[in-house]
Amino acid sequence: MRFLYIIFLLFFLLNLTSVKGEEQDRINNITKNLRCLICQGQSVYDSDSEFANSIKILVENKIEEGLSERQIYNYFKKKYGDWILYDPGINKNTYILWLLPLLIFLIGGAIIYKKLIKKI
Amino acid sequence: MKNKILPFSVIIIFGIIFFIFYKGLQNSNIYTPDKNISSDIPSTNFKNFNSNIIFNSLNFFQDDKVYLLNIWSSWCIPCRQEHNFLMSLKKKKKIILIGINYKDNKKNAENFLKELGNPYDQIFIDNDGTISIEWGAFGVPESYLISNNKIIKKYIGPLNQQYVDEINLLIK
Repeated sequence: MRFLYIIFLLFFLLNLTSVKGEEQDRINNITKNLRCLICQGQSVYDSDSEFANSIKILVENKIEEGLSERQIYNYFKKKYGDWILYDPGINKNTYILWLLPLLIFLIGGAIIYKKLIKKI
Repeated sequence: MKNKILPFSVIIIFGIIFFIFYKGLQNSNIYTPDKNISSDIPSTNFKNFNSNIIFNSLNFFQDDKVYLLNIWSSWCIPCRQEHNFLMSLKKKKKIILIGINYKDNKKNAENFLKELGNPYDQIFIDNDGTISIEWGAFGVPESYLISNNKIIKKYIGPLNQQYVDEINLLIK
């Protein structure tokens, strides 16, 4: 009976650490995509400033509250603006950045296609 | 004519790209946060400095009063510089001063207030810095002017005479 009890306890503890580990992975993923606004060129994950440490705690709290990754990004975006995200979506400031490569690719493709057609 | 279109369009595309980058060079790459904001106050739990009673920020602020929420700490040197300005605002009596004690030791905070005077009508504690982040703060000191349950102005860094004059003008 004692043997079973120990096995059960071990199983429970292992499960608990893996759940904690998963949560830590999620926190790391999110904080890697958040810019530390008072540091130079560091993410919240990399930084050990007061600002970054508070954000790490807040991200953990928000995950515990059941917010999804997208909801957490939106939460910080609302407070600090797009600048806090390393990977901002398409908006009026970034659409050139997103569309220019696509445009260049299409124009280049059209030129190559035309040249090839000519040769054939 | 057809042969000329390709080099011509390449030059135009390069011209446009050059223009965009040249314009970009003139932009400042130093991030300056937006100070003129009008946003609703966030819902945070305020823990009282002396009594440990917890209030929710949404129930705390009254519509007909103007508040200045100031984030401070005893270890922060610029907070010492702005303290005189907070003391002068306290004399006005038209504004309620709320202090948020940021990541501080209670004893040190009490000594700080004993030494320089206590300008605050209420002080709350922010031990882990999360309340300040919920308010959108970058660090200490930082102040928020609140009226009608909205943040109408944000002051990043220590208050100075210019800011105090502006606040006095706004609460007239």
